Amino acid sequence: MKIKSIVAGLGLCLVCHSSFATTVGFAQVGSESGWRTSFSESVKAEAKKRGIELKFSDAQQKQENQIKAVRSFIAQGVDAIIIAPVVETGWTPVLKEAKRARIPVVIVDRNVQVQDESLFVTRIASDFVEEGRKAATWLMSQPQAQKQCNIIELQGTVGATAAIDRAKGFNEVLAKHPQAKIVRSQTAEFTRAKGKEVMESLLKAEQGGKAICALWAHNDEMALGAIQAIKEAGLKPGKDLLVVSVDAVPDYFKAMADGEANATVELSPHLGGPAFDVIEGYLKGKKDTEKLIRTTGDLFLQDTAAAEYEKRRLN
Amino acid sequence: MTSEATVLNSTHSDPLKADQLKAARQARYSPGQSAHKFSLYLYPLVALALLLLVNVLLDPQFFSLQWQDGRLYGPLIDILNRSAPVALLAIGMSLVIATGGIDLSVGAVMAICGAVCANLLLLGDWSFPAVIGLAVLTGLACGLVNGFMVSYLGIQPIVATLVLMVAGRGVAQLLNQGQIVTFQNPDFAALGSGSFLGLPVPVWLVLLALLIMQLLLRRTALGLFIEAVGCNAKASRYLGIDDRGIKLTVYLLAGGCAALAGIIATADIQGSDANNAGLWLELDAILAVVIGGAALTGGRFSLPRAVIGVLIIQTLSTTIVVSGLPSKFNLLIKALVILLVLMLQSELFRNQLKSLLSFGKARGGKV
Repeated sequence: MKIKSIVAGLGLCLVCHSSFATTVGFAQVGSESGWRTSFSESVKAEAKKRGIELKFSDAQQKQENQIKAVRSFIAQGVDAIIIAPVVETGWTPVLKEAKRARIPVVIVDRNVQVQDESLFVTRIASDFVEEGRKAATWLMSQPQAQKQCNIIELQGTVGATAAIDRAKGFNEVLAKHPQAKIVRSQTAEFTRAKGKEVMESLLKAEQGGKAICALWAHNDEMALGAIQAIKEAGLKPGKDLLVVSVDAVPDYFKAMADGEANATVELSPHLGGPAFDVIEGYLKGKKDTEKLIRTTGDLFLQDTAAAEYEKRRLN
Repeated sequence: MTSEATVLNSTHSDPLKADQLKAARQARYSPGQSAHKFSLYLYPLVALALLLLVNVLLDPQFFSLQWQDGRLYGPLIDILNRSAPVALLAIGMSLVIATGGIDLSVGAVMAICGAVCANLLLLGDWSFPAVIGLAVLTGLACGLVNGFMVSYLGIQPIVATLVLMVAGRGVAQLLNQGQIVTFQNPDFAALGSGSFLGLPVPVWLVLLALLIMQLLLRRTALGLFIEAVGCNAKASRYLGIDDRGIKLTVYLLAGGCAALAGIIATADIQGSDANNAGLWLELDAILAVVIGGAALTGGRFSLPRAVIGVLIIQTLSTTIVVSGLPSKFNLLIKALVILLVLMLQSELFRNQLKSLLSFGKARGGKV
């Protein structure tokens, strides 16, 4: 009891200290990829811009660290909590604790599986299906795709949500264009090395790739590997073969600036803005937010690639 | 060694002993040789030939080779080229397994050496040989850590190398600061995607490593010592073999091979991807060594057969890609084919199969 009251008192004290600025706790997965790093940076920058005090926690890809972080946010009496969950399950107890403490929780990026959806305010996530649709729509608008168009698809890791949904969105659009079809489809596990290796074999299995009009890769890394394989096969990526993928990593902008890749759909790391919008709205009394907010990035083409590369490389 | 030398000398002085010497030579254990040498090579080669046959059926142009941009170009060359990193790992792994150990860390060592190369190249003021030299030294240092833990601290090999397998990838990520470090260096990139006398450079590196290792192991007593330590480390020590030194040496060599593999992998994509470089390749290398007929309990190894094992694995991967089956079946097909290859290799299984067939025949004859 004594400890509890001390903790409560401490929490109260922290609340009165920070009562001028909104305090938000952010439980991030870790920093396992370049995308994750820019996601964290984007949230930090957005918080600074809005004058929100951000308490950042890096869980090093471990859920138990995230749960610990959320509990400490609750103990500190923050105004709201943002969680980018490592895994989908096991969140009910700690979300209940947050609800009991009347702290709103916003889930970003990956999903959580809970029976009671009132445990969090909303979930903000990238729309992978829409990314696939955008890539396909751009490809189908190209002159090369108006006649017979054979496409090679490099899939992401088998079973990954991003791979399944991007393929779904792409195929949806493709179904409306009978002249275009995917002739080869294989997983390259989202990595550059596998992208190169698989593309080499697929090109040879397709008579050197002369009848192929486009490469569609589920992420930029695989596309970058495949571009090297296309060059070694004696074809010109970006001209003989259109190259389209998703993510918008800096290296891909360089490839686009060099004319070796054609288009990419940005997997937006700017999930912080919408999350803070929801939190600020909630704290002002708006309680009926949709349970899922979808964000999609823009399509980037060769014309802006050089400028974008300069901008992104510095970050 | 000394007794053999005296016998050799005696042939000149005493021609009567020539027959005895011949008999002694035949009775003598010769490392790497065995009574069933033919069948040891036969079954892996049959498996490889069958896989290649399946590939030709899937793609009639599979064996086509063209001369393009000053090098041979075709699916077969791709298989050789893509086998190179795992082949180097398997050469090192063969030695470690022959001493009864195992090295789980080679994949992570590849990632570390790749990260070292990429970062040194980005700094720019390091010469090409210095970069390669430092990367190989890094690999040797990793091997030294493993070897020291196994031989002098007496830690179980699987545990000792597991430490570096997990921590090594972390070290590589730390070197790369969590990013994929890319570089532009034509000299270095040539190590991965260049060609020499029509064949890709990685293939030459593997051939060179294989040749040097084979000479080192079979033309000196090192191979025999390694097999002796693998059979019985304690007995070898009583015979005067420095078993700890031998164990340290094989882990060093494995580290060096892993460094070369890491250099090739990094040069190939012109970038160091700490998360994925060499990921799970240690398992492919162990599998190749096993397909090559080595015993995981130690005491027996063959480098050429391990390399054939690597070719089987890589051909299988290519077959799966070319087959056009949905990706979700990849691992299942791989598992089934590997199981089949391993069963073909087992003499026990072949005999059981034979007796089953003859039993069926015998019964058929009676009825």
